[in-house]
Amino acid sequence: MSNWLGLAGLGIVILSAVLMLALAYLRRKSPPVFRDIPAFTRLRQAVGLVVEDGSRLHVSLGHGSLTTPQSASALAGLALLRRLADLTSAGDQPPIATSGDAPVAILSQDTLQAASKYTDRAASDLVAGRLTGLTPFSYAAGAIPAIRDEKVSANVLMGNFGVEVGLLTDAVERENSFVVAGSDNPTAQAVIYASAQEPLIGEELFAAGAYVESGPLHSASVTVQDILRWLLIAAILVGAALTLAGFL
Amino acid sequence: MNPRRFPSLNAVVSTAFAIASGLIVLAGYFFVQTANGQVSLLTDLRLTLLSWAIILAGFAVFIGIINLIQVHVKKIQRKQKGAFYSLLLILSLVVTFLFGLIKPGQMGIVFTTVQLPVEASLMAMLAVTLTYASIRLLRRRLNLLSVIFLVTAVLILFATAPLPFLGTIPVLGDWVRPFLAQVMAAAGARGILLGVALGTLTTGIRLLFGADRPYGGNK
Repeated sequence: MSNWLGLAGLGIVILSAVLMLALAYLRRKSPPVFRDIPAFTRLRQAVGLVVEDGSRLHVSLGHGSLTTPQSASALAGLALLRRLADLTSAGDQPPIATSGDAPVAILSQDTLQAASKYTDRAASDLVAGRLTGLTPFSYAAGAIPAIRDEKVSANVLMGNFGVEVGLLTDAVERENSFVVAGSDNPTAQAVIYASAQEPLIGEELFAAGAYVESGPLHSASVTVQDILRWLLIAAILVGAALTLAGFL
Repeated sequence: MNPRRFPSLNAVVSTAFAIASGLIVLAGYFFVQTANGQVSLLTDLRLTLLSWAIILAGFAVFIGIINLIQVHVKKIQRKQKGAFYSLLLILSLVVTFLFGLIKPGQMGIVFTTVQLPVEASLMAMLAVTLTYASIRLLRRRLNLLSVIFLVTAVLILFATAPLPFLGTIPVLGDWVRPFLAQVMAAAGARGILLGVALGTLTTGIRLLFGADRPYGGNK
């Protein structure tokens, strides 16, 4: 049984990979139009304002460890950080990235340095990518001064958070700056829904790359997610029907 | 030379290593045993790579601490706002480090007497913060979903917390709360987690394709 499940898992991975490549190739000249997510529209406006008024963008990558499945949201956040670093390249200051996991902090530094190199920014700030704490609350406590004291006008909270994300959104609210927030944790999503200006619900945070035009594979991955979702719904319905009929 | 057109050798090598490692680890999950029941070479490689990753992650914490010190030393040097707290942080770090060297068996005391009470205080502050945020929610986003969110939160609160002189409210505690928590919320959370799993899968595939490269330069 476990062998069959393993093969099914491998099949899903291969199917997803093939679909992503095929869709990225077929739609390379005419990118798909996705439904409007107001958070991303306002994020683009906020990024424009950051460049215009010389303020900073803060990207918070959560405290998901890179060696656990929770790293996926941080990796999605890093991809967004790279794109946002490009978009703010005309601004005076590079974005700040905070995280609660040391390997993610190192990757955020690397991402920011790579962005400064490719966009010809004068000098990259060595402490722009930083580790602020290793436990959820110490991470939040360390990230709050970055939101408050470093001339930040737009915040992107994207990664693995817990309820402590409420402290970050509260700090943003007090500074009267913009925030778009998303997490892979349902509890954090509830907190974000109640406290953030622009919440990302469900898997919307994984679609961020497609909405900020990071590349054809990002757009294709959103379509693949939709296809897999419909397959999953069909499988659940068929399973329920077979159970009801007494076959399972 | 335009770096956009000519990626550095470092970027090419690190991307090749990352993709190869990712593929080996992925394949190791699916091909655990050989035909004669022995542990496959891929599984051995997967476990070796994962243990290397754990060692590197441990070393990364050390680098992260240096980064933390750099951030706060810079703040003190520039006499920025909150520099006093930065000084306090560095002093605490040094004291904790020395305490760990002198009495390594009693490091737990630092966590139970300092870290835990401080984090519990932050949790208590969070309760107030969230109550305030919920009150402001209707002002920020007045729509049906916000109303449902607030009504559900209030119902769960009244059904869970025993009220003075009344105790638990019978219908709310016996019927409404279990229905909301175990049927509605559980179904919604499962839907969200399935979506997150699909997002995780596509993020992983993008990394394997080298479309997202958070190491050694991206695009």
